[in-house]
Amino acid sequence: MSDYNFAYLDEQTKRMIRRAILKGLAIPGYQVPFASREMPMPYGWGTGGVQVSAATLTPEDRLKVIDQGADDTTNAVSIRKFFERTAGVETTEDTASASVIQTRHRIPEAPLTEDQVLVYQVPIPEPLRFLEPSEIETRKMHALEDYGLMHVKLYEDIARHGQIATAYAYPVKVEGRYVMDPSPIPKFDNPKMSGMAAIQLFGAGREQRIYALPPYTQVVSLDFQDFPFEASKADAPCDLCGAEDSYLDEVIVDDAGGRMFVCSDTDYCRARRAAGHVGAQGKTEDAA
Amino acid sequence: MEAAVLKGGFADAPVEAARAFRAAMQAMARPGTIHEVAGAEPPAPLSRAAGVLILTLCDPETGVHLAGAHDCAEVRDWITFHAGAPLVGAEACDFALGTWDALQPLDRFRIGTAQYPDRSATLIVEQPDLRAEGATLTGPGIRDTSRLSLPEVAAFRANSARFPLGWDAYFCAANRLAALPRSTQVEG
Repeated sequence: MSDYNFAYLDEQTKRMIRRAILKGLAIPGYQVPFASREMPMPYGWGTGGVQVSAATLTPEDRLKVIDQGADDTTNAVSIRKFFERTAGVETTEDTASASVIQTRHRIPEAPLTEDQVLVYQVPIPEPLRFLEPSEIETRKMHALEDYGLMHVKLYEDIARHGQIATAYAYPVKVEGRYVMDPSPIPKFDNPKMSGMAAIQLFGAGREQRIYALPPYTQVVSLDFQDFPFEASKADAPCDLCGAEDSYLDEVIVDDAGGRMFVCSDTDYCRARRAAGHVGAQGKTEDAA
Repeated sequence: MEAAVLKGGFADAPVEAARAFRAAMQAMARPGTIHEVAGAEPPAPLSRAAGVLILTLCDPETGVHLAGAHDCAEVRDWITFHAGAPLVGAEACDFALGTWDALQPLDRFRIGTAQYPDRSATLIVEQPDLRAEGATLTGPGIRDTSRLSLPEVAAFRANSARFPLGWDAYFCAANRLAALPRSTQVEG
């Protein structure tokens, strides 16, 4: 197959990561420190997710990698090729037939099943980090369940903008205990985390943290009674497939203010178009 | 050292450990579910599932405590040769291995600290059998309820009551395993 050990990492490293994953699953939402390794890609390109995937993959798995919902962007393509080469696993772009999905900043639109594992790439795992720079302090705050500062931050959003302006990496509380950073997914995706049938694993390589959500875990987005959480998205249907229920990217198409909205989840959009759904600009696009 | 000690490890460690970990991860993520594992042929009284867990999770960085009848020359030599894990006392261990009775008293095992609840022990409990009946389980990883034949209820209730502190447990019988993390609520 290749000159690499299966899935690139040496066995002792994988055991260390696997132990951290198990602790993470036992304490949902708690950030487990782990000895992150240098990977053959720079920090910020998913080294945490790649290490978690490497420790999770078996030869029988079929891997899908998405970057902001897309299968065909640089990050997704290179990570897919990395595991094709070092683990010899099959890869796919089809959400339903993947057994392990590594993601950067999105959750697929199609509901995931019990047979799947979702691995998130996480840049800053500590939700309190931008409010309190000291790790010693944030660790104490988690130990004491002292999350008042986070509510102050959301309150200041409302005082300044009239609404909670946080649009991505929107903080959540897991099973009523740990406040967790869901990684920079749009807050549109937050409700999908709660009660998901698949296992969710989070890896932050540079920050050396792993955390996890077992299936069917209660995940609540923080909010106020008078300013409830709202999973927002662009108020338009997809211009290619007409989907009204999917998260949209805004694409500038010319230098005269022209724009279109398209599904961020490319596989979801492709599957809908294959099933005959057509958006406002879909026909011309297909004919071109 | 007897030649038998050298046998019974993974034939293809990267692949067999990967498959074993997936089963162990599914077990920990879905408390009460029972999974089959393969690849290890450890000496008695170690079950095959417990042997697989040792090979998959233990190495020179993890202290292993052997309780009761498991603290015998064959098991000590097998773990030392195949995993290289130091054998330590109950208070210092990362993994404790034995029957439920032999592991008592449980307050010897580390339960982590408020700031580092992950610095806690994992118990590997040898059972005569594992069945999806008995105590009722609820909590993260369980959609409605789940059932598992636990050796008792009180100890697990006390353990989950101090969440996020606590130990986690694997239950092994022959080539099957199940898990009960500290987050699971147990009802008699």
